[in-house]
Amino acid sequence: MATAQAGARRYGPGRYAVLTAYLVLAVVMLVPFAIVLLNAVKTPQEYSTNGPLALPEGIHLDGLVDFWNRVDYGEKLVNSVLISGSVAVLAVVLSVLNAYALGIGRVKGRLWILVLFLMANTLPQEALVYPLYFLAKQVGLYDTRISVIIVFTCIQTAFGTYLLSSVLSGFPREILEAARIDGANRLQVLLRVVVPVSRPTLAVLLVFFFIWTWNEFLIPLVFLVSNETQTVSVALGVLQGQRLMDATMTSASALLGVLPTIAFFLIFQRTLTRGITVGAIK
Amino acid sequence: MTRPADVTATSSPGTAPDRPAPAAGPVKTGGAARPRREIPYALFLVPGGLLLLAVIIVPFVMNAAISLTEWPGVGDPKFVGLDNYTELAGDAEFWASFRHNIAVTLAMAVIPTFIGLVLAAGLFDYIGKRFGPRTAAFLRACIYLPQVLPIAVAGIVWSWILAPEDGALNALLGGAGLESLQQDWLGDPGRALYSVMGVMVWVQIGFPLVIFMSGLQRVDPALHEAAEIDGASWWRRFWHVTIPQIRPEIFVSLLWCTIASLKAFAFIYVLTKGGPGGATSVPSYYSFENFFDNTRVGYGAAVATVLALIIIALTVVFLRRQSKGEEG
Repeated sequence: MATAQAGARRYGPGRYAVLTAYLVLAVVMLVPFAIVLLNAVKTPQEYSTNGPLALPEGIHLDGLVDFWNRVDYGEKLVNSVLISGSVAVLAVVLSVLNAYALGIGRVKGRLWILVLFLMANTLPQEALVYPLYFLAKQVGLYDTRISVIIVFTCIQTAFGTYLLSSVLSGFPREILEAARIDGANRLQVLLRVVVPVSRPTLAVLLVFFFIWTWNEFLIPLVFLVSNETQTVSVALGVLQGQRLMDATMTSASALLGVLPTIAFFLIFQRTLTRGITVGAIK
Repeated sequence: MTRPADVTATSSPGTAPDRPAPAAGPVKTGGAARPRREIPYALFLVPGGLLLLAVIIVPFVMNAAISLTEWPGVGDPKFVGLDNYTELAGDAEFWASFRHNIAVTLAMAVIPTFIGLVLAAGLFDYIGKRFGPRTAAFLRACIYLPQVLPIAVAGIVWSWILAPEDGALNALLGGAGLESLQQDWLGDPGRALYSVMGVMVWVQIGFPLVIFMSGLQRVDPALHEAAEIDGASWWRRFWHVTIPQIRPEIFVSLLWCTIASLKAFAFIYVLTKGGPGGATSVPSYYSFENFFDNTRVGYGAAVATVLALIIIALTVVFLRRQSKGEEG
């Protein structure tokens, strides 16, 4: 850091220009969030007289409360948490099982199996949605949260398998050897050695699967048609499409949609940014 | 693909069930001398494999089969061979949606990757070095934030900001005395696609930025220092040192974002529903319309199959690059 200190004196005021440019950009990125927040707490009259950019005269939560009750937002949150949480846990478990066989067990043909899993993840859902919709109706799972959980568990597992296999293929062989000499069988090695050692990576995957599933739109839109099963993303997207809300209610709905995401973001900031790098390149 | 020979060459050491204890070590009594019966590793693949078969492989094959039929979604599908595909080849609406998707790919992959590259380099070796890593991390977080929004929510936020009558953007322009610039951003056929592209850039830019910033940490600082001592300007170092060093990340970012841009259904659904007059329709939305609005399931399946083939081709390109054994 000493060089940086010495260097700092060589740089002219130009560096503040660069910093200012970045700050302006950061503001541009955040302005939509700020505008949503401003207008979610206005009354409709205030909005129409002062416009969307004026500061609110007071904090009116009526728009938020109205919207919450109108779409039964609590129920939607429960559905989203239930679906995303189940998918995250199940997909991590299945990814671990797959990656154990592929990364550590090195089963025959593992390269092609990995390719298959990666393809399964990149394949467009548009090419799966109608058959899945048809099959779900056949087996009586249409419009159930279970159907969406099953589909996304599979899609996320595909990515998790691809990522985790490459991580586990670098697993220190000595540790595995030691466990085997101690008489552990393969299942015990997985549960007592591999899983505890790779816990950080699994945590990253868990977070990712949760957020990705939370944000999914197409398949939940097609599958979850009744109010009782809908997720937050679908409920908001459908309401938006109907264009029935006034401006303040729209911003209230946007705020309620944004808040959980901001919460995840703050909680998982570190995990996420660390995790993305793992997922991107490996 | 990697040659299978590479795999067999690296046969894993020490899978023999019981190796003799090291001679120097104390003799273990009661150690398992006979080979243990082990669960075959392949068995661990069964649950995931069955699910993959049921949820991805079978539906995908079904979709390809449906694309060869005329089917309203009820009753029996009527086999028509490649008719849907020949119709597709002459379908102006499909080709228009394809052209729109090129614009979408520009907005979701090319532009964010390019801007992200400049921003990442600037944050990493300009802001980070002069104002400390915490400032850089804070700015990165601000720019990344839209990435974690559900697209449905981003769509609500923006369609409301871009609303013609009382939208925030037009109010802002009005407040600045620029009434002449006020537009019906999403309702004007000549402008809607550009507005959608703008929203996409806003959402997408954080992804390449984060990838590139982590990639830059791999770069040997000595390279930059040497170039700096030689008197190379920041831009020259950016072109000749930074970009060549993080080429793998650039490739990954471009490819992942391109694949994502071919699945832009949610954006289009919440912002414009493909309108006005099909001006923002993309194949992904067009297939959905045929499935559920026009009940031309066979035709929709053909559109989806074409889309899938493009994405599979891109994935193969990605895998080939990855298996060339570049580090990273």
